[in-house]
Amino acid sequence: MGNGQEMAQRTTGNKEVSFLQDAPGSKEFSCVFKVVLLGSSSVGKTSLAYRYVKKDFQDSLPTVGCSFFNQCVTLDATTVKLEIWDTAGQEKYHSVCHLYYRGANAALLVYDITRKESFEKAKVWLSELEKEFLQNEIVIILVGNKLDLSEEREVTIEEAKEFAKTNCILYTETSAKSDYQVTELFVTLAHELLELEQQKEKLRHTTHWKKSRVDLQETASRRMKCCQK
Amino acid sequence: MEAEDPGLPPKGGMDLPQDGVDLPEQKISPGSMDTGEDEPSVALDEQVELPGAQNNGPLSVAGGKGDVQEELTETREESSEKDLSDSASTDNTLEDSSEFSRPMVMDGGPPGEEEVAVQPRPPTHRDEDVTAESWRAHRKHIFVLSEAGKPIYSRYGNEEALSSTMGVMMALVSFIQSGDNSIRSIYSDDRKLVFVQQGPLVLVSVSSTLQSEQQLRQELLYVYYQIISMLTQASITRIFERKKNYDLRRLLTGSEKILDRLLNLVESDPCFLLGAVRCLPLQPALRDSLGSLLQKAITPNLVFSILVARSQLVTTVQEKTVIDDCRLEPTDLHLLLNLIGATSAFQTGEIWTPICLPRFNPDCYFYAYISYLDADCTVCLILLSTDKESFYSVSDCKKRIEEGMRTQSYLQALSSGLKSPSYSVAMVGAPDLRHFMYKPLDIPDNYRQLPQFTSPELEGPYCSESERHRLFDLYHYLHSRIHSTARPLRLIYHVAEKETLLAWVTSKFELYTCFSPLVTKAGAINVLTKLLRWIKKEEDRLFIRYPPKYSTTPNPGKGSKGPRTEGAENGFFGGL
Repeated sequence: MGNGQEMAQRTTGNKEVSFLQDAPGSKEFSCVFKVVLLGSSSVGKTSLAYRYVKKDFQDSLPTVGCSFFNQCVTLDATTVKLEIWDTAGQEKYHSVCHLYYRGANAALLVYDITRKESFEKAKVWLSELEKEFLQNEIVIILVGNKLDLSEEREVTIEEAKEFAKTNCILYTETSAKSDYQVTELFVTLAHELLELEQQKEKLRHTTHWKKSRVDLQETASRRMKCCQK
Repeated sequence: MEAEDPGLPPKGGMDLPQDGVDLPEQKISPGSMDTGEDEPSVALDEQVELPGAQNNGPLSVAGGKGDVQEELTETREESSEKDLSDSASTDNTLEDSSEFSRPMVMDGGPPGEEEVAVQPRPPTHRDEDVTAESWRAHRKHIFVLSEAGKPIYSRYGNEEALSSTMGVMMALVSFIQSGDNSIRSIYSDDRKLVFVQQGPLVLVSVSSTLQSEQQLRQELLYVYYQIISMLTQASITRIFERKKNYDLRRLLTGSEKILDRLLNLVESDPCFLLGAVRCLPLQPALRDSLGSLLQKAITPNLVFSILVARSQLVTTVQEKTVIDDCRLEPTDLHLLLNLIGATSAFQTGEIWTPICLPRFNPDCYFYAYISYLDADCTVCLILLSTDKESFYSVSDCKKRIEEGMRTQSYLQALSSGLKSPSYSVAMVGAPDLRHFMYKPLDIPDNYRQLPQFTSPELEGPYCSESERHRLFDLYHYLHSRIHSTARPLRLIYHVAEKETLLAWVTSKFELYTCFSPLVTKAGAINVLTKLLRWIKKEEDRLFIRYPPKYSTTPNPGKGSKGPRTEGAENGFFGGL
């Protein structure tokens, strides 16, 4: 439960001040980030996006293909534009999903805490992303949604946390229905993106980009080749 | 589609058709296969199955080759192979789009995974008890199964619970197939069972409505095409070639609602029956301006721009890149609109999705950009591109269209037209007329255009669902008589229990009208004359007469407006 705050705090504690000093020249354009929501069907990807963009909740029908929104986040003096790609969870669209996550700056791997299988699917998505991206290219957050149904929980916090830790990704739990930690999630994401951007900026100036690798927060345990086992 | 129906007598036999007056009590049994027994008797079409000649429905797709190697034993083995099939199936899916090189392997998942593939839903039709009498009592059941007898979709009740029923259906199909033939329908006292086989899919309709076999077949094809619109025919064929007992529900999870919605629409919206698109009644000047706005906002690989409001067509633009002979088929547009209607949407969102237009090309995807232009999500812009990477440029087209609509206040003009749902039949000024459906066949440049139709709001006695069903049953019946392949009619005057109907087809239009029951034949004819005059007066508003497309090609159809004379219409009834 406390994870969301924990994460948000960690990031806020870390970042934004130094960023503003560091990269005041981060002009308008570098602050547009592509965020993709991935996960099995009916885990609440659209609801999360809807909650965040529209500040509301509605029972939604399945998404076709992908639905696209823009949302600006103001972090202190910086305005970050998030291009949110809310993908369809249905399996029939998996074959085209790479279309949507290609070039993404961030991915939210959403699962339903009351459905173990959706958590497994999130793991699969992670391994997909690992094939497509280098670790320092993309911010990945594992999102356990439907916290309002926590009595029916099938995926424990520990389990998810452990998985996130091993794979060096962020983790939080949300409820789009009761508006718990949704805005925080996206704000954190924006912070992370700025941080990543800033580090990339640095790398462009430093010589050897390969060895100075970005680590989001944890110690530099390299990502495992396969997330499954 | 019906416009080209070869069943219509070609010559203008303008005199009284022999069976113009129809006896209401006459039972419709196209085949002579009525049997009283519960034991279903099999109505075989005599003709031995030829590839392509298999469907006499107008939508028939060639190439459904009779694949007889299906064996029943396979059906029984399916359970033992289930795990194998399901874990391997992910590969199939991913390879569908030849670009996805990395199969997503799920073998790390826990063993419970297969069971939860079908997700929990709020109670729906799908949770019905399939052994209950109420389940049997549904007007129309639709089943979709694979050649291996695996359930894919059932309109009511859980497919899983129906697997033995579907097994029986497949057994029937296979049995007939083994005799080098194909099962088409079974008639019982109160039900018609219609079978359609399309590639590896078998679709079955069990209906107690008045619809003809051909109409039911048509509906099944709509279902098939809707599935194709999501998966493409090529990938379905490929999947089943690789794995005969693949569980297609994996790929259709979440799509049941789309099929459910389609089947409800098919029963309540005449656009499916008539194979025509309903246009939003609109001032021609406004329609033209909107058309030219769409025409200006284009980008490479953009093929169709379609503007709809509440599922009614406002205007459509087809780009020059599309070869001359092609046009957007009404079926494709209906399926597309149904898909859009069955998915989540809110105003700020822009949707980018692969979609197949099965009548246009059943094997390939278009990429559809879908966005609503107003806060109430009534005005919807659909842009179809062939380039999957073109989201941003297509989205930019939308911005230009939106901008143009704002500066010209087209949106206000449109939404004021949308306030009243459609129009009332009272506008015709004929008190005895309750409802009508009019499909013009004389639109200039007809062969390149979307077939259109118009009909007023359903009012008066047809407010409840059951009354509406009753009316559409009657329309279906008239339609089936008009389009009967055995003995097509041009004119039917049908006195039903609670209303009187008249259907009439000429070379210029197809018209179905519904009158109050007390109307006399002469009265009905007077009303028809009035109605036709009214439509003539309003046709520029009701229909897209001159579609804006091919800016480089002159529209040859424009001249054909002249020869149309009202006299021909009015004089028609001289023989009655």
